[in-house]
Amino acid sequence: MTSAALGKDLVGLEPLTADQIRLILDTAEPFKEVSERPIKKVPALRGKTIVNLFFENSTRTRISFEFAEKRLSADTVNVATSGSSVAKGETLVDTARNLEAMRIDMVVIRHGASGAARFLGERIRSNVINAGDGKHEHPTQGLLDMLTLRDRFGRLEGLKVAIVGDILHSRVARSNIWGLTKLGAEVAVCGPPSLLPRNVRDLGVTVLPRIEDAIAWADALNVLRLQLERMQAGFIPSLREYNRVFGVTSERLARAPRELAILHPGPMNRGVEIDSDVADGPHSVILPQVTNGVAVRMAVLYLLAGGSPDWRTEAGE
Amino acid sequence: MTDRPILLRGGRVIDPSRGADGQADVLLVGGRVEAVGSGLGAAEGALVVDATGKVVAPGFIDLHVHLREPGQEDLETVATGAMAAAAGGFTAVCAMPNTDPVTDNQAAVGFIVRQAMRAAKARVYPIGALSMGQRGEQLTEFGELIGAGAVAVSDDGRPVASSHLMRTALEYAQVFGIPVADHCEDPTLSQGGAMHEGLVSTRLGLKGIPAAAEEIHVARDVLLAELTGGHVHLCHMSTRGSVELIRRAKERGLRVTAEATPHHFALTHERVEGYDTHAKMNPPLREDADREAIRQALRDGTIDVIATDHAPHHYDAKEREFDLAPNGILGLETALGLAIRELVEPGLLDLPRLVELMSTVPARTFRLPGGTLATGAPADVVVFDPAVRWTVDPSRFFSKSRNTPFGGAELTGRAELTIVGGRVVFQRG
Amino acid sequence: MPTTTLLDARAIQRALQRMASEVVERCGGTADLLLVGIQRRGVELAERIGALIEGAEGTAVPRGKLDITLYRDDLQAIGPRPVVSETRLPPSLDGRTVVIVDDVLYTGRTIRAALDEFADFGRPRRILLCVLVDRGGRELPIQPDIVGLALGTQPGDRVDVLVRELDGRDAVELVREVA
Repeated sequence: MTSAALGKDLVGLEPLTADQIRLILDTAEPFKEVSERPIKKVPALRGKTIVNLFFENSTRTRISFEFAEKRLSADTVNVATSGSSVAKGETLVDTARNLEAMRIDMVVIRHGASGAARFLGERIRSNVINAGDGKHEHPTQGLLDMLTLRDRFGRLEGLKVAIVGDILHSRVARSNIWGLTKLGAEVAVCGPPSLLPRNVRDLGVTVLPRIEDAIAWADALNVLRLQLERMQAGFIPSLREYNRVFGVTSERLARAPRELAILHPGPMNRGVEIDSDVADGPHSVILPQVTNGVAVRMAVLYLLAGGSPDWRTEAGE
Repeated sequence: MTDRPILLRGGRVIDPSRGADGQADVLLVGGRVEAVGSGLGAAEGALVVDATGKVVAPGFIDLHVHLREPGQEDLETVATGAMAAAAGGFTAVCAMPNTDPVTDNQAAVGFIVRQAMRAAKARVYPIGALSMGQRGEQLTEFGELIGAGAVAVSDDGRPVASSHLMRTALEYAQVFGIPVADHCEDPTLSQGGAMHEGLVSTRLGLKGIPAAAEEIHVARDVLLAELTGGHVHLCHMSTRGSVELIRRAKERGLRVTAEATPHHFALTHERVEGYDTHAKMNPPLREDADREAIRQALRDGTIDVIATDHAPHHYDAKEREFDLAPNGILGLETALGLAIRELVEPGLLDLPRLVELMSTVPARTFRLPGGTLATGAPADVVVFDPAVRWTVDPSRFFSKSRNTPFGGAELTGRAELTIVGGRVVFQRG
Repeated sequence: MPTTTLLDARAIQRALQRMASEVVERCGGTADLLLVGIQRRGVELAERIGALIEGAEGTAVPRGKLDITLYRDDLQAIGPRPVVSETRLPPSLDGRTVVIVDDVLYTGRTIRAALDEFADFGRPRRILLCVLVDRGGRELPIQPDIVGLALGTQPGDRVDVLVRELDGRDAVELVREVA
């Protein structure tokens, strides 16, 4: 069944309208307060069953989703790939059919292949929420970054946000680019050219070749995690060199013309893409990001649950 | 049965090998073309076919198909592939050697030849592997492969990574006068890639294969053709850069021939939108400018032939994550309809030129029989309706597989009757 | 659709005045009193009743607001934009006398949701219900303690409470369905 507000699934921010993104951010506001209550739980999704289907390890995102689900009183099951039938070679389509047969209301999926969330959503009637698919999108991360920026600056329109690091392999970067540009922010990307995707300017962003340029330009830096495998794959010479040329350091930030907000989707490689004194410093909004993550995910779950699968309409059952 | 004469009466006979295009009758006797002319009389007991409003042409020849036998008979066999070919108007196809086991020895080539004779549909010419096991290390015994029936060598399915091996193959193949067909791809650039590298791959977060991955090998092969004097045949060209390199090679008189697939002249990388695995192939669907360059190259002859790269896959192999789905689509039963819709209807080229691209030139390129209606030539003939509009229904394919991005598409032109060696092997009914 | 004005601005003012007095009487003063308005228009009414009590008694009366959207039992039926408004309550309700203020009492389901929600915030000593209009038609065993106006209505009728702060004017109107 399709929620009137968002449609059936949340696969990415690219297909959403500015109004839909604003609705999610606005809905997240009252959910922040729920997490401050003595009993951090409301019955909005009582009786709903949600599967957290994680084909890739991600403690942080899974816990955030799980808190969001539990604070909305949903029943949740976690499926991780190790020890599940997935590890025994079951295909995604078979996994989908089994979930369907168990009458699951919603599926939160994290998968290493781009397009996996959409693939699942097209094959089951349950609502599907993308918790990160390959290099494609990580929409709830994009939303929580936007909520954090809106909290800090009171607006997104006209805000200058530089996304720094490995843009090529980053689903966080893509979701941020779509969401921020739709809401009128200016977005720049900054990183080694070997880690910038082809035609990235056509997504509506500026390319800043040097980290110093990004710091001089931006109101906020979203510093991406540098996957250590990138070095082995030959995209960068070494982590030391990366930190020297692209690292967000307090020395570099000291030369910023204005006070920058520093975001990081975590987990951080301290001393590689970001220095510890920046991560722990006064301009870091990294912990508010984590808090907002729960509120944004509650909002998404709540809005999508506005409709639920109607099993009775299935022909032949 | 074989010997019953066939008279094809009143069709538009297009035979570019003789520069012929006009209404005529075609008489086939004893597996050969007996006569082409007007008012031919039917011999006693002849099968007379009214071809009015249809085109009668030398049967199509596909230089590039994957028939999956031996090894993956659940996807296709020599027999089902030869039947699908006949239904598409093809009277001969060349089967690539990436079977399991690889077609890298006399026995394997002989097996395919025998399977094809048993099927008795379209002719099937095996292409032998260039290297043992297609491992790119040691040359196969070309002489033995050719002796068993192979018509070319190739490691298609994968590139010949070693320039030294490619050079050696081009040199050695000249002993036998056969072409070396190459799948052009620099694997260090394409590794892990799932689609063309461009705006769509950036948006979808799929690893891209840059056009340069193909062009580097095209440039290398052109240089090696110059170095060796050998005949290199470039498979499934997909980029405007490749077209430019081939154009310059031909201007310099090098022995370079090239093919393009219907999907590369019909589709672009936009088709991958929505992660449609039926749009996943290697080389990948490219940009609009690339497609346009391929079309022009087919028109002006820079690209010599249309070949389908017919690549059957089981339906559930494509029903999965894009990164994990196999490359390739079926081609035999949609090639003619796509070529007319995409090339002839827009006025890019006319039907005689299309017959050249699908029959006359393929025969010449691989030095195969057929491709002509000259008296005494093998009676390999297609009768097709160039104007009929039809909707692709994969469930009705003769191929064992169903993997096509063209399901539900409306195409123009379709084979009505296919004759191989004077025998009707397909008749639409 | 015929619209009848049930209360005009002056009548609402008089009703609220009386309701404010009744709140103080029923609660035996203002000690531990908490006025909680139900989003949306209950919040405005609670604000005004609070101000009237403060004027008469000379003591501050704390206010809260409650959004019961997340406690509703009809999530599926929510319209295209399910707006969740702010909830603001003191950290604990233990030992307090809570007066729920809402504009219209009808099926009782909103109040049921509000009572559930209060239970998650603590254990008030006592909860009273104060509504501007009781239009009858209850589907649950819930009754108001303090009422501005009671009337019988048909299921197809609509009772609209308009407040200056949100609607530009004060009025209670009955919109009757035409048979």
